[in-house]
Amino acid sequence: MCNPYRRIAGVDSMFPTSEPSIPALASAYAGDVLTLAFLTPELASRIQFGWTITIHIIFAALSVGLAPFLVYVTVQEVRTGEKRYARLREFWTKVFAIGFVMGTVTGIPMGFMFGTNFAAFSTAAGEMIGGPLSFEAKMAFMLEAVALGVLLFGRERVSGKMYALSSVFVALGAWLSAFWILVVNSWMQTPRGYEVVMEGGVPIAKLTDPTAAFFNPRFPWMYVHMQNAAIISVTLVIAGIAAYFVWQNRDSDVWRTALRAAVVVLLVTSAFQAIHGDMYGRHVAETQPHKFAAMEAHYETGEADLHLIAIPTDLDAITDPRADNLYTISIPQLGSFLASGGDPTAEVTGLNDFEYESPPVAWVFWSFRIMVGLGFWFIGLGAWGTYRLWKGGLYDDERYLQALMLSSPLGFVALITGWYVTEIGRQPWIIQDVLTTADGVSPPLSSAEATFTLIAFVVGYVLLFGVFLYVLKRLIDEEAERHTVGIEEDDRPDSPGVIADD
Amino acid sequence: MTELLSDSAYVLESLPELWFGLVMLTLGVYLLLDGFDFGLGILFAEADETERETMLAAFGPLWKANEVWLVLFGTVLFAGFPAVYANILSRHYMLVFAILLALGLRGLGVKLREERDDEQWIRFWDACFVAGSTASPLLLGAFVASWVLGESSALAVGPIVVGVTVVALSVVLGAAFLTGKTRGTLRERVIRRGRAATVVYVGLFVLTAALLFVRYPEFQSVIWSLSTAAIVISTLVFALLSTIAAASGRDREAFLAAAGLAVAFVLFVATLLYPAVDPAAGLSITDAVVSPLSLNLTAVFAAVFLPIIGAYFVFLYTLFGGPASPETGYH
Repeated sequence: MCNPYRRIAGVDSMFPTSEPSIPALASAYAGDVLTLAFLTPELASRIQFGWTITIHIIFAALSVGLAPFLVYVTVQEVRTGEKRYARLREFWTKVFAIGFVMGTVTGIPMGFMFGTNFAAFSTAAGEMIGGPLSFEAKMAFMLEAVALGVLLFGRERVSGKMYALSSVFVALGAWLSAFWILVVNSWMQTPRGYEVVMEGGVPIAKLTDPTAAFFNPRFPWMYVHMQNAAIISVTLVIAGIAAYFVWQNRDSDVWRTALRAAVVVLLVTSAFQAIHGDMYGRHVAETQPHKFAAMEAHYETGEADLHLIAIPTDLDAITDPRADNLYTISIPQLGSFLASGGDPTAEVTGLNDFEYESPPVAWVFWSFRIMVGLGFWFIGLGAWGTYRLWKGGLYDDERYLQALMLSSPLGFVALITGWYVTEIGRQPWIIQDVLTTADGVSPPLSSAEATFTLIAFVVGYVLLFGVFLYVLKRLIDEEAERHTVGIEEDDRPDSPGVIADD
Repeated sequence: MTELLSDSAYVLESLPELWFGLVMLTLGVYLLLDGFDFGLGILFAEADETERETMLAAFGPLWKANEVWLVLFGTVLFAGFPAVYANILSRHYMLVFAILLALGLRGLGVKLREERDDEQWIRFWDACFVAGSTASPLLLGAFVASWVLGESSALAVGPIVVGVTVVALSVVLGAAFLTGKTRGTLRERVIRRGRAATVVYVGLFVLTAALLFVRYPEFQSVIWSLSTAAIVISTLVFALLSTIAAASGRDREAFLAAAGLAVAFVLFVATLLYPAVDPAAGLSITDAVVSPLSLNLTAVFAAVFLPIIGAYFVFLYTLFGGPASPETGYH
């Protein structure tokens, strides 16, 4: 080859300036007024990634949370041959499929955004995160995609056992996928197993210990908390939809089955989440003290109270929550107690005393409160339903069924706000204490390009989400119609032992 | 095991080169498999409603699994050559998102047309499906060419010609795939279109080689070499074989020969690129590859899982083999 390949001299030589693109030219001609309207590449990239993951995680969590239910009904269907399981399997497989398509469409751009928007981060951390991302594709995504093809199109082509197995593979794929993605994310929170080496003036994180890197201190906390959050979110969706059908038709054996299961699962998982979340919080206080301080809007170093309830007393408190503009019901010294693991007078470092700038406190503070508040509401819902199930009258409690219907999207709200605490709370770092987000953005990216694609993603993902809701509503309407047409035959349990085929 | 986790040496001395080969392999498999889908989507344009149902029944169970190869290609590149992944994606910022938009339209179009029984609705999403299926190979081809040729923008003659070439290749592949999936008049038309596309593809392939020779002096020695000659000749042979086999009703052979065209194409890409991985940034394989520990680990995973993935696809294509019927449709 005739090209002399020189070693990279510095970050600039790695990103040769490209020809001015069309939007960049347009902005230049439109003059300063228009140029001012563009966001900085860093801010636009952050909002773009944050927004796309907000939508994507709904579908990712839907896969993770729905997978165990799908396995349960598919295995039951094949095992017992009862039609109610076939009906549930059929309905939820369709929901799973649309969720998977949406997850793929919304998720593929995210992997590429590491390169397009955060090229400097990808170069610096590629050795640490590239491997796990490729393991995700090889082990998980492939498995899920192939097994879903069988689950959707192969009911008549494979044996019952094989079919049940395909649902297990779909579930395994979804859970492995989350595993590797969270390996990457948790490493960004508590990086381990690496050393920073300068290569041509650019810092590169070199892998030194894979086990320490993959199973970093944050990983087990994050994986358990996220998987359980996904199950809670999906359980609420199942409970809400089941409540709707039961409310329409009290005798539906199919949906009474779903409702019973959902209510009990909700109580168990949401109670577990609260206990686990409390311990997780302590771990965050130890490993990322500035995030913990932002969660409590704790500015001055000293003893920290825990604000159980915070109500803004003026408008500023919404964008800038502080001790003096909030009406709070607090437990004195509990913040110190939790952060230190038992000492109520322990000193908790305030946001003013970190060497780097604070994360956007309002986002972290309020997101945390929304998540925790909803968490307690879910425990209440689960307890209420389980009590009704035990005492009888679950299917006739009008108010409870309505509460379930209204609460069905709230699991996702809690999950998303929880991620806001995790991700926004890590700022200004993209990798805690290693690389700032500002330094991680692609050097050649222009404001115009970044703002342009941000707008496209906002519009595009709103439309995608709308499409998803539309399809979901259609599936629900279809199911409701089946109720009114064929309640008698459809809902009567078949004699066991006969494989229900559709 | 200790050798494997050594941070001073690659398990095999040529592991970086092998990984480069794997990057090209995943790119090739992606272009081949999604090439079926793109070609099907382009041929979809002139099909009537029943024919469309048949085509979608063939497309339905396979396309999502095919598309995963794009992710596999991206992550294999990222895991082995992170700086290259970062460079080529950030350098082609708008193009990358245009590709994703085209792929998204394709996937969404086919899903959404089934959602309503309304003539206008179906026509709109069908148009999106066709547009996405046409734009995807065009933009992907331009992207790959711009990467390999070291262009800073895909809006240059080389990348555009290669983009059109990949569109033609996709039609060849889509037609070969559909030949085994259809019956009657649809099948006959698909064979005719495949034949025409093969002629166009061969013409464009030769044109590309000539264009590179004239416009990119740094590639002259590669083009004027035995390996390129072998690739051009095998392209001609595969084209001839696939046309003859299709005409004599030997679907399987026609299909394999068409796949051979795609293989030859990716070999050409690899020949042009090697030993560089990012010509625009002046990075060679040895410059850009990750350190031994990281690559050894990733390679072990690949060695275990790639055969498993191969088995998935053999299983999937066998399970959904044979002609598709319009009643199955897409759901």
